[in-house]
Amino acid sequence: MNPRVLEKVDRVIDKYNKDRGMLIGILQDIQQECQYLPKEALLRLEDRLRVPLPRIYAVATFYKAFSLRPRGKHLIQVCLGTACHVRGAPRILEEVGRKLSIKAGETTEDFNFTLETVNCLGACALGPLMVVDGKYFGKMTPGKVEKILKGYRNE
Amino acid sequence: MVKLVIDGQQVEVEEGLSVLEAAKKIGIEIPTLCYHKALTPYGACRVCTVEIIRKEWSRLSAACTYPVQQGIEVKTNSEKVRKARKLILELLLARCSTVKPIQDLAKKMGVEKIRFPQEDKKCILCGLCVRVCAEVIGADAIGFVNRGIERKPTTPFEIKSDACIGCGACAMVCPTGVIKIEDIEDKRKIDRWHTELERAKCKMCGRYFFPQATIDYLKKKGAEKVKNLLELCPDCRRDALIDKLNQVKYESNLVTTT
Amino acid sequence: MGKIKTLKQLEDFQDSLVKKRDPNKLCITVCGGTGCRAYAWEELIRAFEAEIEKQGLKEKIDIRITGCHGFCERGPLVVTHPQRIFYQQVRASDVAEIISETLLNNKVVERLLYIDPVKNEKAIHEDEVNFYKKQQRLIFGNNGKIDPTDITDYIALGGYTSLGKVLSSMSPEQVTEEIIKSGLRGRGGGGFPTGRKWLYCRQAKGDIKYVICNADEGDPGAYMDRSLLEGNPHSVLDGMIIGAYAIGAKEGYVYVRNEYPLAVKHIKIAIEQAEEYGFLGEDILGSGFSFSVKINRGGGAFVCGESTALMASLEGRVGEPRAKHIHTVESGLWERPTNLNNVETWANVPLIIAKGAEWYSKIGTKESKGTKIFSLVGKINNTGLVEVPMGITLREIIYDIGGGIPGGKKFKAVQTGGPSGGCIPESMLDLPVDFEELTKVGSMMGSGGMIVMDEDTCMVDVAKYFLSFLQDESCGKCTSCREGIKQMLQILTRITQGKGKEGDIELLEELSEVVKETSLCALGQTAPNPVLTSIRYFRDEYEAHIRDKKCPAKVCRDLITYTIDEEKCTGCMRCLKECPQQAIVGERKKPHRILQEKCIKCGICYESCRFDAVKVE
Repeated sequence: MNPRVLEKVDRVIDKYNKDRGMLIGILQDIQQECQYLPKEALLRLEDRLRVPLPRIYAVATFYKAFSLRPRGKHLIQVCLGTACHVRGAPRILEEVGRKLSIKAGETTEDFNFTLETVNCLGACALGPLMVVDGKYFGKMTPGKVEKILKGYRNE
Repeated sequence: MVKLVIDGQQVEVEEGLSVLEAAKKIGIEIPTLCYHKALTPYGACRVCTVEIIRKEWSRLSAACTYPVQQGIEVKTNSEKVRKARKLILELLLARCSTVKPIQDLAKKMGVEKIRFPQEDKKCILCGLCVRVCAEVIGADAIGFVNRGIERKPTTPFEIKSDACIGCGACAMVCPTGVIKIEDIEDKRKIDRWHTELERAKCKMCGRYFFPQATIDYLKKKGAEKVKNLLELCPDCRRDALIDKLNQVKYESNLVTTT
Repeated sequence: MGKIKTLKQLEDFQDSLVKKRDPNKLCITVCGGTGCRAYAWEELIRAFEAEIEKQGLKEKIDIRITGCHGFCERGPLVVTHPQRIFYQQVRASDVAEIISETLLNNKVVERLLYIDPVKNEKAIHEDEVNFYKKQQRLIFGNNGKIDPTDITDYIALGGYTSLGKVLSSMSPEQVTEEIIKSGLRGRGGGGFPTGRKWLYCRQAKGDIKYVICNADEGDPGAYMDRSLLEGNPHSVLDGMIIGAYAIGAKEGYVYVRNEYPLAVKHIKIAIEQAEEYGFLGEDILGSGFSFSVKINRGGGAFVCGESTALMASLEGRVGEPRAKHIHTVESGLWERPTNLNNVETWANVPLIIAKGAEWYSKIGTKESKGTKIFSLVGKINNTGLVEVPMGITLREIIYDIGGGIPGGKKFKAVQTGGPSGGCIPESMLDLPVDFEELTKVGSMMGSGGMIVMDEDTCMVDVAKYFLSFLQDESCGKCTSCREGIKQMLQILTRITQGKGKEGDIELLEELSEVVKETSLCALGQTAPNPVLTSIRYFRDEYEAHIRDKKCPAKVCRDLITYTIDEEKCTGCMRCLKECPQQAIVGERKKPHRILQEKCIKCGICYESCRFDAVKVE
C-alpha cells in the first residue's frame, strides 16, 4: 500500500469523523486529492469506516463523478445537455474524439487528456459547450476544437 | 388487522404484510423471480405486478413490496396485469434467451415470440445472491456494481473475494442457475466470483468437504459448541451424532436434537 | 457583529444597514452567474478594478459582483448605479468608457445598450428590455441587487425578516396553515402542495425530523436552481429555517449537484455567515428553536433528484429509489420523517410569509399559484432565466420574452419537464403555463427547463436523445425501466438509421405503456413521455423516417447526404482542407466534389464553406 495515498485517505476520513453517511463526500475529497480512486483508498475505507467493501465499491462505480482509473493531465468535458444537443453538441464530441483518437470515458495513451461527457453544466446560453480543466469554451463549432486543444497538448 | 379484497375474495390479514403474502394466505400464487421469503422484498423483477384499485384510482404495482391497506381491491390476473407480465417476461427473455427457467416462465405468461434483438446473458439482476450473502449469511462478499444496463453482481474489483466463505447460498437462491459451484479435489471454485477456496479435510475419514472458510466463519459466529462436529464431513457427522443422541442434549444454531 | 438575538435587534440592524448605504453612491454591479463568468469575465473585473485604481476612485466607486440577472444570452451584464443603466456584452475594453462616461458624467454608452431586434429600440434601464418586461421577478429579482457572498446585502433588502416574524409571532401550525393557504406547490416537478407536505411531516410520528433542499437539478437544460443558489443563497436558507420550524426539524441538508462548484461555494459561505449572525444554530433569534444545515454534494447521478434516491445518497449508499408506498414524510432519511423541497420552493417561502398567503394566491391561476422560473434555452434568441406568473402563455414566453427563433427559422416545438416531460407543438402555443394544462397535453411542468426547437430539429432524434440520456442515468434495478428503455432506444436508433419497420411505432407505444405503469420509480414511469408526445404530435416525422427513409429536418446522419453545388463553389479548397476523412476532391478554382463513400456526415464542410455551396439533403 502506497503510504502517501494512505496518508491522504486517512486525513479525509478524519475530517469527516469517520461518518459513513458521508461516504460520497469522502470519496469525492479522495478523488480530488488523488485524481482518481486508488484501490488502496477503498480498502482503507472498508477498514476504518467498517463498511463492507462491496458497498463501497458499489458507490464508487455507481456515481459518474468517480473514476477508478487514473485520469489524464487535462480533463475535457463536453456538455450533452438538451440545449447543447439541439445546437449540435454531438458533432463537437465527435471532433474531439477524432482529434485525440479516444472515445468518451477514455484517456489518451500519453495520459495528457481524458474525455468525458456531462449531462448539462447549466450554462445553456453558451451552448454547445466544452470545458477544459474547469475553463469554459462556449459557442463551440467543430472547427474551433483543434485550436483549443493545441493550447493543452504536450510540447 | 387489515381488510382487503383479492380477486374478489375478502381477506383479513395482519398489518405489515405485503399483498403478495396476503394473496398466498388465501392460496393465490403470484409469479415472482426476485422474491424469497427469507429476504427483504426487493421489487426488482416486476413479474409480481398486480392491479391495485382504490376508490379514486387504479394502478399497477409490484405485489411483493406493496403493503396491505384497508379497503383496497387487488386483481392478480386481470387483462391489464397479464399484458404487463407478458411484456416484462418478453423483455427478460430477450436478455436471457437461452435460460430455461426464463423460457418456461415466459411461455407460461403467453410469450410466443421475441420481438427484440436476443442476447445470451445468464443473469436477470434479481439480486437474490447479493441479498442472501448480506442479509442471511452476513459475509458481504458480493454486491452490485455500475448502474443501468451495465449493472451486475460481482466481487469488488472483479477479483477474488477475501470475504467469500464459499457457502454456496448464492447458488442455492439463484433462479437461473448461472452461479456454478465446482468442488474439485481439495478446492471449491466459484468462477463467477473469481474465487477459489481450500476445502477442509474430514478429521474422521479424510475426505474433502466444506470450504475451510465456511467452517471458520461458523465458528466465529458462535458455533463453538459444535466445533467438533464442524470438522467432520456430513456422513461422519451423522455417525457421530447418532452416537451422542442418547447421551447429550445440544442447543445450537446448527443442530437441535431432543 | 455577533449573533442577532431578537427580532428587534434584526430590525435595528437592517435600519442601520440601509442608513449606511448611500443609494446615490456610484456603484458598478457585474453579473457573477456562471453564464457571464464564461465570457472573459475575470478580465472584465480586473479591468474595472484597475481603472478605478488608476483614476484614484476607490473611495467613490464600489464594485459589486451580484447573482445571475437571467439574461444569459447577452452576458457579461453590467448595471451602473445610481443611473441604473443596463449594459450588455461588456468587454474589458469598454471599462474606461463606462467609468468616465456613465459613472462620472451620467452619459449613456450607446453601443452597449440592448437594442430590440424587431423594433430597433434601445433600452436604457433593465425594465425597458423586452426580455424583462413581461417577467414578474419576485424570487429572482433580488439576484441583481446583492452580492451573494455578503449576508448584509440580503439583510439590507429585508432578508430574514420573515424568519423573525415567524419565530416571534407565529406558531408552527400557523406557518403551515399560511403556506397551505397560499397554494404554493412544489417547484421541482411534482407540483405537490407544499403546505400539505409540511403538515404530513409535522404529523408523522417521531422526535427527530429532517428537512432537505433538493438542489440536484438534473434536467439537462435547466439551471434555475443553480442560479438561485449561486445568486441568492440566503433566500433559500431563510425558507428552509422557516420550514424546519413549521415541521419541527432540527437538522437540514442541502444536496447540491456535483457539477455546480460555484453554487456549493456560495451556499457554504451563506451557511457560515448565517451561523455567525445567529440565523442558524442554537436558540435562533431567542426563540428557543435550534436548527443547523449541512451540505452534501451529489455524485453525478440524475436519478438522485428523485427523493428516495437522494436520501439513499445522503446515507452513503447508491442512488437506488424505493417504492413510495410509505411516503418520505413518514419514513425518509434514516427512516425518519423527512420533508424534501426544491430550491425554488424554499425560496418562495419568505415571500409568502412577508406578503401573506392572500397576496400570493392572487398571482397565477386557480390551481397553480405564484410565479415560476424557467430556463429558456435552445433555438431561441434571448437565452436565459425567466420568472413569469403562472398562467402566462407559451407564446408570450417564447416570442415576447424570448424574442422568437434565431435566424428567422420556424418554431417547431418546445420541450418542458426535461426527460420526464414532452414536446409541445405550435398549435398549442397559446396554452397557459400551469401544472394541469401542461400535464393535459402529455408533458409536465417539471423543474422549469424550456427547450425551444425549430425546423432544423428532428423530433425522432430528440426522442432518441432523451432515451439515451435516461438509459445512461437509470439505476438499473427494475426490469421495466432498464430493459424497456434499452429496447425503446434500440428501436429509435434503428429508425434514425433508416432501418425502421412497419409496426415500430406501435411497438414503441406498447413498450411505453408497460414501462410507464410497471417501473419502480418516477424515472422509469415518466421515461416514455418524450417518445409518446413526439409520436402524438409529430407522427409524420416518424413515418417519413420509417417509410420513406428520410429525415425531414436533415439531422439523422444515415438519411442525409452532403453535396457541393458546383454553381456556387469557388474552388477555395477550404472544405477540402478541413475534411477529417479527406473525402473532398478538387483543384483550386475548380468546383469540388464530396466522395460519398468516404463521407461521415460530420458537417465540417457545411460549416466552413463561406459561399453556402455545401448542400444537405
